[in-house]
Amino acid sequence: MEFGPIWRAMMRSKGGYLLIALQIAVTMAIMVNAIAIMQERSIKMSRPSGIDEPNTFGLVSVGFKPDMDTKSLIREDLDLIRNLPGVVNAIATNSYPLRQGGWSEGLHREPGVGKSVSSSAIYFTDEHGLETFALNLLEGANFTPEQVAWDSDSDDFWPSTVIVTEALAKDLFPDHEGSYIGKTFWFNDDNPTNIVGVVERLQAPWPTWTGVERSMLVPLIRESEFVRYVVRTEPGERDRMMAEVEELLSTSNTDRIIRGVRAMEDTRKLSYLGDSAMIKMLTFIVALLTAITGLGIVGLASFSVARRTRQIGIRRALGATKAAIVRYFMLENFLVSSVGIVAGSILAIGLNILMVQQFALTPLAWYVIPLAMMALWIVGQAAVVGPAKRAGNISPAIATRSG
Amino acid sequence: MFPYYLKLGALSIRANPVLSGLMVAAIAVGIGACMTIMTVRHVMSGNPIEHKNDQLYHVQVDNWNPDDPYDEPNNPPVQVTYLDAKALFNADRAFRQTTSFKTSRVVQPDGDDARPFQVQARATTADFFPMFDVPFLYGSGWDDSSDQSEERVIVIDRVLNEQLFGGENPVGEAVRLNDETYRITGVLDTWNPVPKFYDVNNNPFEDPAQLFLPFSLAVANDFDNTGNTSCWKPIPDGSGRDGFLNSECIWIQMWVELQNETAKQDYLNFLDAYVEEQKLLGRFPRPLNNHLRNPAEWMEYNEVVDSEVDVLLSLAVLFLIVCLLNTVGLLLAKAMRRAKDTSLRRALGASKSELFRQHVIEAGMIGVAGGLLGIVTTWFGLRGIENLFIEYEFIQHLVRMDWSMVMLAVALAIVSALGAALYPTWRTCNITPATHLRLQ
Repeated sequence: MEFGPIWRAMMRSKGGYLLIALQIAVTMAIMVNAIAIMQERSIKMSRPSGIDEPNTFGLVSVGFKPDMDTKSLIREDLDLIRNLPGVVNAIATNSYPLRQGGWSEGLHREPGVGKSVSSSAIYFTDEHGLETFALNLLEGANFTPEQVAWDSDSDDFWPSTVIVTEALAKDLFPDHEGSYIGKTFWFNDDNPTNIVGVVERLQAPWPTWTGVERSMLVPLIRESEFVRYVVRTEPGERDRMMAEVEELLSTSNTDRIIRGVRAMEDTRKLSYLGDSAMIKMLTFIVALLTAITGLGIVGLASFSVARRTRQIGIRRALGATKAAIVRYFMLENFLVSSVGIVAGSILAIGLNILMVQQFALTPLAWYVIPLAMMALWIVGQAAVVGPAKRAGNISPAIATRSG
Repeated sequence: MFPYYLKLGALSIRANPVLSGLMVAAIAVGIGACMTIMTVRHVMSGNPIEHKNDQLYHVQVDNWNPDDPYDEPNNPPVQVTYLDAKALFNADRAFRQTTSFKTSRVVQPDGDDARPFQVQARATTADFFPMFDVPFLYGSGWDDSSDQSEERVIVIDRVLNEQLFGGENPVGEAVRLNDETYRITGVLDTWNPVPKFYDVNNNPFEDPAQLFLPFSLAVANDFDNTGNTSCWKPIPDGSGRDGFLNSECIWIQMWVELQNETAKQDYLNFLDAYVEEQKLLGRFPRPLNNHLRNPAEWMEYNEVVDSEVDVLLSLAVLFLIVCLLNTVGLLLAKAMRRAKDTSLRRALGASKSELFRQHVIEAGMIGVAGGLLGIVTTWFGLRGIENLFIEYEFIQHLVRMDWSMVMLAVALAIVSALGAALYPTWRTCNITPATHLRLQ
């Protein structure tokens, strides 16, 4: 192969080649880290919330008259919604997954106020919660209607039974093996709470929270002018039901307003707006970056060909084939790219370490580096093909001309 | 010689239109990426109350769990309890002081067809308006006496006034909220501080409240806090609303206005004395940890600028570096191709410094062109971001370019282009004429 002579020729005018190598190196550092971030985000966005998202929506009822009988109102509302054909089930709750606002509690393995051992999102619901959220019950049983309380009926706020997610059970009792049913914990006070059911998955309302998989259903309905309803519909009926439920509740009682009628699909979109924007921005930056680096290589190779027109002519006149000339430029580019890519790998890893420290990002996966290497080799070779072919077409007669 | 070099530069740029275009475009794109993110960052890290930055202070006292700080390592809570808000407010030790929280009300407009609607509100005290220099279109805020008497008075914003009174002066008029009648004391002129410095704990980037009403009234009538509430100590079961008000739950933002450093020191001493006194009553189990932070410090402390922006900014800066390396390479190639011209000029007596000046001017021209085009790409970049966040309406306030950013874009472009020109120019100036003239 001709590596030797090409390398030695390059060494004679290092400046220009070093610049391209450096450009490729920085391009690679950005590319690798951008891909790492995009991967992190798309993994985050693809986590299921645990509920039947395509067929679920939420809404809010805000009463504005003093001394309203909110208990009856909530009961009537739930009856109205549940009896609509097209509705699977509905509950009155405080929040739902991906909503970005909710209630969390520190949990204890013994009574009293101390440092909590775990924390969880709280979803208040009655016995219809499991079906409305479409949860997969791993063990135990649903709440019985007798277990469901109104907060106004009892002095003790926290009920003595809850259904938890598997992630919460594991976090609360890390050393425990076997069934979690009957295990006891405390909400910051003296009344113990027992686990009666474990569900596979139900995300907390905050997707950015590290404990997003930890949540629980609490069998309680809060008597308040402000109520949030979650409605699950038959497949394909969601949009129709959204309009119907809004209309129904708006007219059934005019002492309140209905607002925030929102499909889970839109809640999800809003919740991950920053992440999806990040992915799009980075995709754009990487594409632009590759284009600029590619164009830069084209420009420099063209110059290099123009400057060496006479030498190329001489080589051709001395018997070099067109293919040999083309190969020369391709190999030259391969060498420069390789130097850049090797330097780029080091730079990329360094930058990633820095980013992980500074911004608490997830470290990059190893295979991103070879992938980016391949991509940049291909870009370099593709960029140099044009100028190299032009070089190959230089006529040997040039050699006979002077200057 | 300057005009002559400008002319030479223009000729050289025109002689290589594709190459020059590529350089201008690379600089413009690099500048555009950087400036887009920097503009957003600039807006997000702004301080809308800078002129009073050394007089306003957010109050923090540490009433948290003895076994578990509010925030590691030992940071006090970011809001205060009702007990402390009331006690500190009533002590009246600051020049001005305000306690407030986020709430909402349902407005019931007059007329049979008019449907009631919900607006975001802020329960606060009379000093809120003068402390934060809130501009009024009509009327003013309420008096201290309204705070004391829990009077039903409100201040509304301009948009709500348009909606309810067609923009006419409504001062003294009545409005119905949640079936109660309120008297309007004033209408705000457009006021949208970005970030919403007075309450960064409940989303610093959202529209401000449309309606302001007395804190005392809101507490007495049990208005919901729609912002964050955090508790560490359980509220005794069955103690109801009073139990909550007397609890260790934090949910109120408290600010004081102190006119000088002495006043600030005095107020800190007062806070220490207050906490010591409370300790005797069995509250405040943690060590003394009181803080007064001015708006700039407060926004910094609460990390108002998302680290996402910094991630993007660091990648954008690297991106600009790639664009510049690209430009350096192309300038170098161009310089090498012109080696013969340069050699000829050197042989005819042009000094190195003359050549240096000529090439730097040429690079400067490319820089200016790149900078001007960079303003355009920045504008497109900001529109792009606006589109990506279209579902989040507030984004329109974060993607505004101001003159300082335009100037910065041009300056950055020129500095970048000159920086990029240094190495190629140095190489040009050091060409030995003899090598290149030999073949001629």
